[in-house]
Amino acid sequence: MTLAQTKTADSLSIYGETVGSRLLLGTSQYPSPDILRRSVEASGSEIVTVSLRRESSGDGKAGQRFFDLLKSFGARVLPNTAGCHTAREAITTAHMAREVFETDWIKLEVIANDDTLQPDVYGLVDAAEKLTRDGFKVLPYCTEDLSVAQRLVGAGCQVLMPWAAPIGSARGLMNPYGLRTLRAFYPDLPLIVDAGLGAPSHAALALEMGYDGVLINTAVAKAADSVAMAVAFAKAVEAGRLAYRSGIMPPRDMASPSSPVAGLALL
Amino acid sequence: MAKIDIIGAGAAGMWQAFLLSRQGHKVTLYDPAGTPSQNCASGCAGGMLGSYCEGEPGHEEARDLGLEAMEIWKEHYPYLKLNGTLVVASPRDVADLQRFAAVTQGHTRVGADEISALEPALEDRFRDGLFYKDEGHIEPFVALEYFIKEAAAQGTKLVAEAWEETDADVVVDCRGLAARDHLKTLRGVRGERVVVDCPGVTLSRPVRMTHPRIPFYIVPWSNNQFMIGTTAIESDDRGPATLRSVTEIMAAAYALIPALGEARIAFMDADVRPSFPDNAPRIIIGKTQSGRPRLYVNGLFRHGFLLSPILAKITADYIESGAKAPGVLLEDHGEW
Repeated sequence: MTLAQTKTADSLSIYGETVGSRLLLGTSQYPSPDILRRSVEASGSEIVTVSLRRESSGDGKAGQRFFDLLKSFGARVLPNTAGCHTAREAITTAHMAREVFETDWIKLEVIANDDTLQPDVYGLVDAAEKLTRDGFKVLPYCTEDLSVAQRLVGAGCQVLMPWAAPIGSARGLMNPYGLRTLRAFYPDLPLIVDAGLGAPSHAALALEMGYDGVLINTAVAKAADSVAMAVAFAKAVEAGRLAYRSGIMPPRDMASPSSPVAGLALL
Repeated sequence: MAKIDIIGAGAAGMWQAFLLSRQGHKVTLYDPAGTPSQNCASGCAGGMLGSYCEGEPGHEEARDLGLEAMEIWKEHYPYLKLNGTLVVASPRDVADLQRFAAVTQGHTRVGADEISALEPALEDRFRDGLFYKDEGHIEPFVALEYFIKEAAAQGTKLVAEAWEETDADVVVDCRGLAARDHLKTLRGVRGERVVVDCPGVTLSRPVRMTHPRIPFYIVPWSNNQFMIGTTAIESDDRGPATLRSVTEIMAAAYALIPALGEARIAFMDADVRPSFPDNAPRIIIGKTQSGRPRLYVNGLFRHGFLLSPILAKITADYIESGAKAPGVLLEDHGEW
């Protein structure tokens, strides 16, 4: 099977929509809109996130040019509620985003602390319940905590986006045990690692663990060559997914020869 | 000698008027908001001439043009300050400083002692920094006034009215974002600033602080004034600075130099910088309605003051001799 055939046969379904690429890209902090566009194109990403809050200072119309640019990429635009500190703020932002982007998908972020950008899990569950009731399809940025995950699923979330590490920290998977537990508990729920990945190997590891996708922003936007880094992440995501589907050999304590031993002449 | 109309009396227009009239052309500078303009992105600038600091990946063109522009600034502007730029980070944000060091040139690493020696106001507060010794800074209002006055002394006629087609041989269009009526890809990138008075604090050069959320800079002006700026928001909104931006700017400045806590707020404002999709500047050779050359000097993004002299020189060389400037001076095929 070629790489292209593998991908086609293995698409991801989020809220009933089929997504070919398991790499989601954030759109902040790129050196220019032109480099952003080229990075998205090179990555093959089909979902790009955008913060309504920061990019639309003023009456909500002023950032229209940037939004139009994002829409022109052909990828699905997934608005987020970045920078919101309360459920109420996040809900208002989600409603504005639904108007601006004509989508009921919302990447829900409710931030507890500006230094760690840690999710406020109480506010998150609260907002997720209300937004689901309002007809939104919520993709919550959460921790890997199982009890929070259960509450979010109970609130109607059909996807979870647990962090690997604090946003923009580039630290990789800080709690692999917790992430494995979450994966094992929800074998069929789409799980996308959302934050804290720095190197393509971090992304590959997440996919090897069975995560359905990753969302990257800073690691691509702030690379010395964003376009090339976008490609590196796309390849890592493909490699990780293919490895997961191929059955990764579990680690063992003792050596095991890779050449056959039986039949060797006894000298 | 050519008869030249320049539209727009911001940083780009004033440098065009200055260099072109200096070469003996018959120049008229138009701006309905006055000369210098009271309604342009340049009026909301900081005045850093940071050719290296602005050379992050994706902005190599601005850096290279900026280095050439610095030589022109040195030649023509007596009030240019050439004390370099200091970039610092708090200990927990050293990773951001390391990244900045890796992606820019023209700097040396400095430690606590060197930082204290360069800027006593920062004494004992920072252990890691980068010193860009060849950068400079100017005061935007002072520079605008100076070059407009010099241009007038060299024969530039100043007209505080909107431009209408004349019999000029060449039109140089420096209208910034207003030129969007002809250049459809221009967009605004919003910047906000606070200017404070603080007699108790002295800085010799612009200081930047790297920070994951609030990278900001502070530029010392004359009369104990400091310009504190930060934001680069994808927005065309020219409205006043927001409470959130101003709070972040001021908190960051106060963290950099606690003595700024006693500073008095002189004013705060905001404007949008005209930018092409790749944030690189261009001179686009178009035509006026009557078929005469119309050169659009635009897309200066965050580099209005830094790059205006070199764009003026490229324009002047083109008008004089048809000299080319690949990548910067481009024929208009309607793609912009």
